[in-house]
Amino acid sequence: MTMQRPLPVLDHLSRPFWEGCREHRLRLQKCGSCGKAQFPPGPICKHCRSSALDWITSSGHGTIYSWIVVRHPVPSDVYVKEVPYVVALVELDDGVRMPTNIVGCSPEAIGAGMEVEVSFVDINDTISLHRFQPVAQLHGKSA
Amino acid sequence: MWNLRDRYAIGGIGFTRFSKASGVTVLELATEACLKACEDAGVNPDEVDGLISFNFGDSVPGMAVATAMGLPDPQYVVDFDSGGNAANLITLAATAAIEAGLAKNVLCFRAMNGRSGFRLGGSRDLSAYNVTQYTAPFGWITYPQAMAMWCRAHMVKYGTTKEQLGSVAVSFRENAVLNERAMIRTPLTIDEYLGARKIVDPFGLYDICLESDGACAALVTSAERARDMRHRPVYIMGGAYGGGIHQGEDLFDAIRWPDLSENFSKYIAGDLWKSAGIGPEDVDVAEIYDCFTYTVIMVLEGLGFCKPGEAGAFAQGGGLRRTGPLPTNTHGGLLSEAYIHGFNHVIEAVEQLRGHSGARQIEGARIALTTAGAMTCGSAMILRN
Repeated sequence: MTMQRPLPVLDHLSRPFWEGCREHRLRLQKCGSCGKAQFPPGPICKHCRSSALDWITSSGHGTIYSWIVVRHPVPSDVYVKEVPYVVALVELDDGVRMPTNIVGCSPEAIGAGMEVEVSFVDINDTISLHRFQPVAQLHGKSA
Repeated sequence: MWNLRDRYAIGGIGFTRFSKASGVTVLELATEACLKACEDAGVNPDEVDGLISFNFGDSVPGMAVATAMGLPDPQYVVDFDSGGNAANLITLAATAAIEAGLAKNVLCFRAMNGRSGFRLGGSRDLSAYNVTQYTAPFGWITYPQAMAMWCRAHMVKYGTTKEQLGSVAVSFRENAVLNERAMIRTPLTIDEYLGARKIVDPFGLYDICLESDGACAALVTSAERARDMRHRPVYIMGGAYGGGIHQGEDLFDAIRWPDLSENFSKYIAGDLWKSAGIGPEDVDVAEIYDCFTYTVIMVLEGLGFCKPGEAGAFAQGGGLRRTGPLPTNTHGGLLSEAYIHGFNHVIEAVEQLRGHSGARQIEGARIALTTAGAMTCGSAMILRN
């Protein structure tokens, strides 16, 4: 049996996030008491332990905190056609970090602090994944 | 804070051959290492009443080993669902168990067919549930991929270079060449390191540890009983376990960790040195958990051997070599001796402090550091002879 790319298994905590992605909206938990956002979603606010959590839609804008370039595919049969690919931790303007893929530029062009913006790719009927690309790229401007 | 300075000791050590294919079950490996630790201590296995191990679902529970050994009265048998962070923690847990009267002589072990069986460094469970639903769908799955992300943050913040990381790998290989039980005993040059196959930037092949079959065990007992055992006791001077806020939902997850240029070691340093009553300058030999070259950089800075950002230059200047100011991973470490999940570091520290390390012996070694863990949580001990 050929292995498949892992896809998110939705649960009670994560469902609003992934349903947002399906609608091409990047949603985050935001605390109604202290006003801070958190990701991944948690049962209570990790900053002030309030239960008054709401879901907001992020601007989807941020900067690259760190990144890797995967060259050796693991598992091989899932990723052999995708390498090299970039995984990054993006620091959103909302104050949270989010793992994602960086697309739309060569791995060599990536640097810390690079401004990126979210877009979405529909994987199947129920799952869409967020990914980021350089802001200049997205707007068709030269860097 | 752990506060049992010098009251407990490691009275015996045992280990199997380290290989790519043991050809035997994990139960056989664990039993061999545990029996050898008893023999090394000169203790009848009937006197062992505690067993502690840790595993990732890739080993055998302590009760299986107690059963295989026919231990007549096992009382404290505990398995930690844990990784490299636990190799020193289980030893500290043994001292707590003995102090509380739960056991008298505790075997701590780690046993695995880590190359021929379950390969921890390869793909983890591919299902993306709980916190992995936010990482695995993006092809962020393996531990080398996890730690490469940390390493990049250090390079960005401090300008740490591949040459500096390479000097860690080269230095440890020099020690493995002298170690008869090391899996790799051919020298490694910096050019070979830099020219190696890229795995996940910024890591190449030699930034990543070995995969091994094998087992290690240590018999932990009171200082008083240890003095009646076969070899000079190796006393547990200090120890600590922990990490900072937002350690994550599993050992991979560091999404909320504030700064990937520093790991758990920064957070346990205060308690570690205070518990032992010494400082970094007193350490004669360091056995630092080295699942990746970069891990060593973070621990050197976190525990105060170097200032933040300066460990790369320290390593490149020969600081970790056996002739340098801080002889480190005198057995070759996880990078070049074997990957027994950090428990082989405890074995090496004991051998160095006994003066039993042969060609790789650091003359006059009196105080040793062992660390375990790489990312958001981990443990460390100070041992002395």
